[in-house]
Amino acid sequence: MKYAIWGLWLSTLLAIGGWYGYRLLAGEDQRAFNPGPLSAGHHQLEQACGACHVSAFGGGELLQQACSNCHGAELKAAHDAHPQSKFSDPRNADRLQHLDARYCVSCHVEHAPQRTLAMGVTQPGDFCRHCHADIAEERPSHRDLPFDGCAAAGCHNYHDNRALYEDFLVKGADQPLLKAIARVTAPASLADKHPGWRQPTTAPRADAPAARQTPQALAEWLGSAHGQAGVNCSACHQPQGASWQERPALATCQDCHAGEAAGFFAGKHGMRLNPELPVRLGPMRPALSGLAFAAASAEHQLSCNSCHGAHRFERASAAVEACLGCHADQHSRAFEGSPHQALWRAEQNGSAPPGSGVSCATCHLPRQLAEVQGHERVLVQHNQNANLRPNEKMLREVCQDCHGLPFALDALADPALIRNNFKGAPAQHVPSVDMALERARQ
Amino acid sequence: MHNKSLQCLLAVAVVGGLISLSGCGEQKPQGFSSQQLTDMLHLVMESDRAVYTKQVVNRLKEAGAIKASEHFVDDKALPLPAQMFRFGAETVASKTEAFSYSLQSLWPINKQNAPRTEAEKTGLQFIMDNPGENYYVEETLGGKRYFTAVYPDVAVAPVCASCHNEHKDSPRSDFKLGDVMGGVVIRVPLGG
Repeated sequence: MKYAIWGLWLSTLLAIGGWYGYRLLAGEDQRAFNPGPLSAGHHQLEQACGACHVSAFGGGELLQQACSNCHGAELKAAHDAHPQSKFSDPRNADRLQHLDARYCVSCHVEHAPQRTLAMGVTQPGDFCRHCHADIAEERPSHRDLPFDGCAAAGCHNYHDNRALYEDFLVKGADQPLLKAIARVTAPASLADKHPGWRQPTTAPRADAPAARQTPQALAEWLGSAHGQAGVNCSACHQPQGASWQERPALATCQDCHAGEAAGFFAGKHGMRLNPELPVRLGPMRPALSGLAFAAASAEHQLSCNSCHGAHRFERASAAVEACLGCHADQHSRAFEGSPHQALWRAEQNGSAPPGSGVSCATCHLPRQLAEVQGHERVLVQHNQNANLRPNEKMLREVCQDCHGLPFALDALADPALIRNNFKGAPAQHVPSVDMALERARQ
Repeated sequence: MHNKSLQCLLAVAVVGGLISLSGCGEQKPQGFSSQQLTDMLHLVMESDRAVYTKQVVNRLKEAGAIKASEHFVDDKALPLPAQMFRFGAETVASKTEAFSYSLQSLWPINKQNAPRTEAEKTGLQFIMDNPGENYYVEETLGGKRYFTAVYPDVAVAPVCASCHNEHKDSPRSDFKLGDVMGGVVIRVPLGG
């Protein structure tokens, strides 16, 4: 009896240990080890501890490196107002006792949902006080402002202040609600993408095996940018002479669309497929997200084709219908009937000029100038999270294409207006432009 | 004789190894005092900034080619000399803890660049009260000992004074060419 109990205990222990060991070593779903849910920014990665904890034998520096691997370039591009290097000067040693701003995790603790605020911040909202307690001495206008309001909409951002610095506000103070020529950046043409390229004079002949050609696929391909550019079936289905791939891998798209893929891997749609992650995860599915989605899309796997549609690769449907096929939150559903949608419809039916419509992608996957292989060209930012939070990141590269700065600031500061997809006027007024003008006058 | 040569070679190798090791770590180079080290660092900083101010910023501005601006990215302009200096300090800070430096003033445009530690406050006042002299002291910050040197930062071109005088955030508007406008603070951690 005694041996039986010992045997039962041992086998139970081995079974539990084996189960945890398999989860840990086989790189399968590791949520069993999760000490608490991850923040909204990282929840796609919670099945893989190694995405952030890159080594079992490393301290804060390794964790910091993991943060930098994914967010470093973005912060650099945003001219981070509070970079790590500002705080490593020994003259700030006393400040680090309160808040060690050399490390991302000092403000962004993970697995702590009970104290996680907007933008994944886990510090009390008045943390600016540690360094700027005497701000009222140089800015009397700030005397009665609470420190937990510094980062309120339209005032200051800790990292990205490119649209909020004083001289920028002054420069944009007189801009009207709607600019005289409100247009978004035109998409890149094939000639932009490939200097020297000329439109073929005859339709290309599909090089797929006859058994694999279908009238629909052929028609869609011929009407697509691929068909017009002479990118034939084999380019995607038999890359570099490989055997026929029924569903081309994402890496095949990436071969030609490296910039777009880089954005996709950086955003929530594609971060699970990022080849630079130290662990392999499956594609993102709405079921893995905490946002509101259409029930039918729950298991929809995200890749290039999930939005662009194989063979057609049509831009317009990828800019609205693809988004609304999954996203069912209040803001997304309110696009229907919004002023932006009216403009989009007008552009699509030809009653308004190109570039005058506003789709989901206009704001969330904006067209940006980028240098590709030594040439400047328009590239769609496929990281739809890049300008999402804090939302003032949208001001310069999106809102101000069409709207003046004061109106755009007010609109982005009104949560109700955002929820109803900008049907109406802002109910709030951000005083930062007025304050900047007042100081300029003085 | 043969043995003696070997011994000499070994001694040279050991000394060489020690010197190279000291260069890799956080210690100051062998043979220099902390003050000599900060003096040399300051000489490079001061010279580079004067050259940038005169040969790049001033020259190109006078030629009508490009101006310098606080918002140099948006204005597609050159960084101001003080900004270039600070960017250098931040780049060094991201690469090593062997030394650090900053540009400070008793009349800073950005209040974060006012002296904070006792050594900085005393040093900035000392270089104002004693023209042409530097200030050296040891201080403890965050439980670590540092050798801290404060050097006067002089307006080397008229634009240094005029830019500060005209800036809306400047607490002082009567700087002249040759005035001490602030100080360069260099710190070297001390062993032990």
